Amino acid sequence: MGLLNKLDDPYYGGGIILGKVEDILNWGRSKSDWYLQFGLACCAIEFMAVNASHFDFMRFGCIPRTSPRQADFIIISGTVTFKMAERIKVLYEQMAEPKYVISMGSCSNCGGPYWEHGYHVLKGVDRIIPVDVYIPGCPPRPEALEEGMIRLQEKINKQAIFNKRKRLAEEEKQELIIDN
Amino acid sequence: MQAQEIYEKLKAEFGDAIIEFNAEPFFDPFVLVTTDKLFDICLYLRDTQGLEFDYLSCLGGMDYKENLGVVYHLYSIKLKHTFVIKVTVSKENPFVPTVERIWRTADWHEREAYDMMGIQFEGHHNLIRILCPYDWENFPLRKDYVQPDEYHGMKVPY
Repeated sequence: MGLLNKLDDPYYGGGIILGKVEDILNWGRSKSDWYLQFGLACCAIEFMAVNASHFDFMRFGCIPRTSPRQADFIIISGTVTFKMAERIKVLYEQMAEPKYVISMGSCSNCGGPYWEHGYHVLKGVDRIIPVDVYIPGCPPRPEALEEGMIRLQEKINKQAIFNKRKRLAEEEKQELIIDN
Repeated sequence: MQAQEIYEKLKAEFGDAIIEFNAEPFFDPFVLVTTDKLFDICLYLRDTQGLEFDYLSCLGGMDYKENLGVVYHLYSIKLKHTFVIKVTVSKENPFVPTVERIWRTADWHEREAYDMMGIQFEGHHNLIRILCPYDWENFPLRKDYVQPDEYHGMKVPY
């Protein structure tokens, strides 16, 4: 797995990589994901632990950015109240494409312990913004967040870059045919 | 000073404004007072020699189903004694005088009691919601509160 492993392959003779430009771009993209420095509730404490030296989030190439304009993804780490939900939406819309969302913990996945009497809690952040990776837990262990990050990298590695609209349009057309 | 002595002092000073004294075991002893004398009683408790309640440790709104109430937990840092005052008001007319000018800490506590219970503190300089959004409707910690179906286009129920 990975482009660098191909260098060891005797077939390529070392030093030469044959591959798609898309793969290289995605490889770079997935290994330098910058996240928005943004915490909501007790999950943010675990998130801070992941940033610290024991779990060392930076080895995934993740650097905290204080501006949504520079961030590649946002970690919704905690309870999303209605008051905060509107602000989260603004932050998400301010981020530049391509952008990703990790929903961390039960609260932002589905409302968590507030599912029944939480008059003030949005029951899942996916009601306002699209979520790429859901991490279960209350709060999730730092290892779980790292696993989520690996899943996000896997997702980015598989993404299309060139002729995206054309390809997506074809897929949509086929879906329409299937639907009809 | 013991709660009984504080009560006797208050009773001698304010008479009928002190409705009830409750010193059942396992509870903080408290007095129930009328709302119109609340401000004077609080000022008296803070400024009288030997009482000197200089610290409002907690102010909470209550819903007793048929009416609303406010509970004041007082503490004297100097003399190290505690006391509790309660008032009750009707749900139709929930007006309580503010004690914000006696203890500055009551400012935000009263705003929270207003936000959650809808208790109107008369004389408060800035009685607006503190936790809920400003355009929130109704008071969520009342027992008869029904949660809305949506807020700003976002669905509220699960």
